[in-house]
Amino acid sequence: MTLFSRTGVPDTLTIRGARVIDPAGGLDQALDVTVEDGIITRLEPAADAARGLVLAPAFIDPHVHLRTPGREDEETIATGTAAAAAGGYCAILAMPNTDPVVDSAAVLGALVELAREEAVVPTGFMGSISKGLRGEELTEMAELAALGAVAFTDDGHPVTSAGLLRRALQYSAVAHRKLALHEEEPTLSRDGQMHEGAVSAELGLAGWPAVAESTMIGRDLGLAAYEQRPLHIMHLSASVSVEAVRAAKARGVAVTAEVTPHHLCLTDEAVRTLDTNVKMNPPLRTESDRAALLEGLRDGTICCVATDHAPHARHEKEAPFEEAPFGVTGLETAFAALYTTLVEPGALPLPTLLERMSAGPARAFGLPVPRIAEGETANLVLLDLEAQWRVTEDGFRSRSVNSWLLGRTLKGAVVKTVAGGRVVHAL
Amino acid sequence: MADIRLADEREAPPRPLRRHLLGVSDLQRADVTRILDTAATLSRSLEREVKKLPALRGRLVVNLFYESSTRTLSSFDLAAKRLSADTMSVRSSGSSVDKGESLKDTAVTLAAYDPDVIVIRHPQIGAPQLVASVTGAHVVNAGDGKHQHPTQALLDLHTMQQALGRLEGLHVAIVGDVLHSRVARSLIEALALVGARSTLVAPPTLIPRGIEAMGCETTSDIAAVASADVIYVLRMQQERMLAGAAYVPSLREYTALWGITPERVRPGQVVMHPGPMNRGVEIDPRVADSEAALITSQVRSGLVVRMAVLYDLLTSGPVEVPVALEVA
Repeated sequence: MTLFSRTGVPDTLTIRGARVIDPAGGLDQALDVTVEDGIITRLEPAADAARGLVLAPAFIDPHVHLRTPGREDEETIATGTAAAAAGGYCAILAMPNTDPVVDSAAVLGALVELAREEAVVPTGFMGSISKGLRGEELTEMAELAALGAVAFTDDGHPVTSAGLLRRALQYSAVAHRKLALHEEEPTLSRDGQMHEGAVSAELGLAGWPAVAESTMIGRDLGLAAYEQRPLHIMHLSASVSVEAVRAAKARGVAVTAEVTPHHLCLTDEAVRTLDTNVKMNPPLRTESDRAALLEGLRDGTICCVATDHAPHARHEKEAPFEEAPFGVTGLETAFAALYTTLVEPGALPLPTLLERMSAGPARAFGLPVPRIAEGETANLVLLDLEAQWRVTEDGFRSRSVNSWLLGRTLKGAVVKTVAGGRVVHAL
Repeated sequence: MADIRLADEREAPPRPLRRHLLGVSDLQRADVTRILDTAATLSRSLEREVKKLPALRGRLVVNLFYESSTRTLSSFDLAAKRLSADTMSVRSSGSSVDKGESLKDTAVTLAAYDPDVIVIRHPQIGAPQLVASVTGAHVVNAGDGKHQHPTQALLDLHTMQQALGRLEGLHVAIVGDVLHSRVARSLIEALALVGARSTLVAPPTLIPRGIEAMGCETTSDIAAVASADVIYVLRMQQERMLAGAAYVPSLREYTALWGITPERVRPGQVVMHPGPMNRGVEIDPRVADSEAALITSQVRSGLVVRMAVLYDLLTSGPVEVPVALEVA
């Protein structure tokens, strides 16, 4: 499997005095790090420690909607990857629910070409499990994998048919790729606008109950165990889902799972504002769900933070709540949102967050784990934990501004990003 | 006949530049009391030969209706006219909405006429919030999807107060399709605000999960209506009960288990319904036409309460009510 980006000349630089944290290598000390021609060549004890600066392996986002092809008014490969660079990412995986869907060699081939011209940050593409995301026929997974498809998903939709999912699990072995699943039992979540509970009852918004997610996860973990195939569960939102994944792992099912920053930071109480920037699928749930997701991230049941970066046109989000599309942006705010909400108050150790944003997703999808060690390609993010900044519309590199964080002040800024040996972002 | 003098707005202290009535949660108990007092005073003005008051002369009230409506639209329109405001009604059919104009653009277009109040009804939750955020007008929610219909709740409180003489301590049984009802949501909240109690009586499939957090009880046993002072019957929305939706197996079974028949109404109870009624489904015609039914009082209350809401949004302070001297 392959990631694609613009080619260019590797950079040479030295980053002095930062606290270098590489959870995968057990490294946590103040070092001067030298990169020559894109390769980390020297780690030396720092003469002076720079206050608040942390250097870590750059982030990997396994769940990004680049909206290309079809909705280039919302995001392009160029703008989406620029946003990723600004967010500290050295690799992203793009979802196939575009128009047309990434379900054929022709569509994937064109995207790969575009990424070679435009992608600031190495980008991988997932192919769809079913043709046209219709949930009826499998895509030509072997051919798509040969062209570079990193994994397969019908994200945005569940694979409703258990029979088709079973075939997909079996056949994905031929392509040597994993399936990543959006878990939603559609007859239970039908028309759902938000989490089903006290807040939806009061607002009158149709409920999308937690059991609609956990029911489907239960079904799919059963199928994965039966077929002895690995599975990746996308954007967990509910306590019962975390429990199901934890129990399956204990039984030996090869399951990985991700969680989004918004599910870790917000609850359905936020929907009382009827702000369309808190409308997402799966929906924000209760405080006990949020606590369970955080615990799952801490104990490793959930190995990845994924932004589910979902750009939407301004005029589509400026609509009544029920009419607005699901989804929020996240690439440029993920670290700061999680640092501000979870790490600084002491709810999540910084090395754990850094691991779940980098090595965790890399391992889940078989990508090289970014490391800070001599001889490694430089994939680095330099963070200033003391920096405070306000999230505003004009600060985004993304082409869309549908962020749930607009107007908020966050702590922790991405000062520099090095991806594949090249500096792709510098404040 | 009472002499009715409305406070002169020019003498009024400054208020917040914009106020809205998007939901019952915009109100505190004192606001409800003030609006109901104003409504009671205004209702006396409607007993006069000349029913028009000059209070809102020169003001513009726009009624923006994206859903069909008889009583709400007509009563807002008449309420504004009785207070001498200019009114303009825009309906979704036959307007630019037919041409695909977004709610935001329609609202901004109408805002160019500088209306004082925009009254909006829309099938989608959050539409009034959107209009409030893109225009400078006071916005009144006349019903948004299954969310809120605050003036309905206020007129229901007014009707109960007129009929039963009090609100605090009343017990109201709300019977029927709570799940799809903005009327129920507003009423539950308003009843809690004034210290009344509500019990929802409905098939389990039509009780929203978690609604008890609003401060009501729930049951599926129709016998629970016996202890209530008020039986509030919700409209059974037939279009929602079609095959496939599976909320109830049939309207016939619904009527048998939850229909309000004369046998289920105890002497001394009053029966209310927001309209339009499905006679013979949620309410027996013999109940609808009985002395116990307050349904036409609700319509009359609708007019004065909406007058009171418009008055309250656009002017300051309570209507001046002459105080009767009590002689010991």
